[in-house]
Amino acid sequence: MSEVPEDLRYSRTHEWARADEDGLITVGITDHAQEQLGDLVFVELPEIGRHCEADEACMVVESVKAASDVYSPVAGEVVEINETLADSPELINKDPYGEGWMIRIRPDDPHALEGLMDAEAYRALVEEA
Amino acid sequence: MGRRTPLHARHLAAGGRLVDFAGWEMPLHYGSQIEEHHAVRREAGVFDVSHMTVVDVHGERAEGYLRRLLANDVARLEAPGKALYTCMLNERGGVIDDLIVYRAGPGWYRVVVNAATRGKDLDWMRRQAAPFGVAVDERETLAMLAVQGPAARARCLPLLPEALRAAAGALRPFHAVHEGPEGWFVARTGYTGEDGFEIILPGEAAGALWDALLAAGVRPCGLGARDTLRLEAGLNLYGQDMDEDTTPLECGLGWTVAWEPAGRDFIGRAALERQRGEGSARVQVGLVLEGRGVLRPGHEVRTPTGPGRVTSGGFAPTLGRSIALARVPRGTGERVEVLVRGRHLPARVVRPPFVRHGRVLIELDEPDTAAAEGGKA
Repeated sequence: MSEVPEDLRYSRTHEWARADEDGLITVGITDHAQEQLGDLVFVELPEIGRHCEADEACMVVESVKAASDVYSPVAGEVVEINETLADSPELINKDPYGEGWMIRIRPDDPHALEGLMDAEAYRALVEEA
Repeated sequence: MGRRTPLHARHLAAGGRLVDFAGWEMPLHYGSQIEEHHAVRREAGVFDVSHMTVVDVHGERAEGYLRRLLANDVARLEAPGKALYTCMLNERGGVIDDLIVYRAGPGWYRVVVNAATRGKDLDWMRRQAAPFGVAVDERETLAMLAVQGPAARARCLPLLPEALRAAAGALRPFHAVHEGPEGWFVARTGYTGEDGFEIILPGEAAGALWDALLAAGVRPCGLGARDTLRLEAGLNLYGQDMDEDTTPLECGLGWTVAWEPAGRDFIGRAALERQRGEGSARVQVGLVLEGRGVLRPGHEVRTPTGPGRVTSGGFAPTLGRSIALARVPRGTGERVEVLVRGRHLPARVVRPPFVRHGRVLIELDEPDTAAAEGGKA
């Protein structure tokens, strides 16, 4: 069973989002998503400064199996990207909620996370699949 | 629910992620496909390949039958135990399947064909067998393990039946020893580009061998690693790199066609002779993606002489970058572009194999990106 931390919010497309104290939102893909994808070999992240809409495909992860779009769970400006993923995409497999984070966003709407699923709802989605 | 091999419970116990493959429940990986790949290049891994179809051909005219059925010539198998890689063609020269045939004993050949083509292969083989009066028998109770990697043979030998051990230790590549049709059959063959054995054995003996191999430090490996290993080794996969509308000359397997003696009338010969005379319009090449990204089957290839297509592609763990096999027009130069997710990415044309016996055989012209995991081996 994959890990679903209580303190995060989740999208239907298997991204997680965390509200940080500085008002930014950190985004990655879930443990369930990395398990389904298999070993990641390549990650494409947006440029810093780019504005992403909610549910916009602004990242790509490629695994040994397939390429998959990763969607921004909220609208906002990309202010930081995880540069280490370029050489170490396997961090997403090893630590999807920690070192495998992908981008940090300054949200247009400070309450944007409220529209996402909580851990319980996401767990139900994964179990249903 | 799919068919299960005798090792099914052991795959689950080892943490295998099981997927459907040609109607079988087979392990894709046991956690990390890439680590399994490296284990085979650097040390030893074991694959359950019991889904593959073992077919025994018995009869006085077995040799004559196989010389008609197969594009390579079993008359080249002078010594008992010797093996041959070959295509089985239709009348148009298209590949029905690729297979390994062993000359096992007097009037006995053993053929190993793909799981995905089992039904049509058996139908075709039996239909062609009638005039020769030979028996074509599928051996469904046998299991098959491939133990591959530089340390594979040393780890296997102590685990083999004592009567076979010395002979197995002395096997040259592409040779086999065995205990007869019902017993163990040990061949120095494989599908990874590394040394090792393929072991066909009674299904009820497979579990104990698997357990002993794991205890000896051999890593369980799934179909995912099997695919990236064979791709790096430049070995074709049936259904991707070739099919019934592709001739051996169009998929890099011209070397497996035995043209001599000229009088041997194998099925598909006339069609192949015509294509050989004209020169096939399409050929297989290897591709190395210059930058980041992953080549996948079906990707379109742009060449100076016309369009082509990636037939097998993926990330090559030993190289730290993406490689592919592609079918392109003859005379394609050294550089092409591949349409990857809406972008035309430059790729270099190379001659496979990419990797053999742990060694990289192609030039990697951008060492900085090759420094990813595995490139340092």
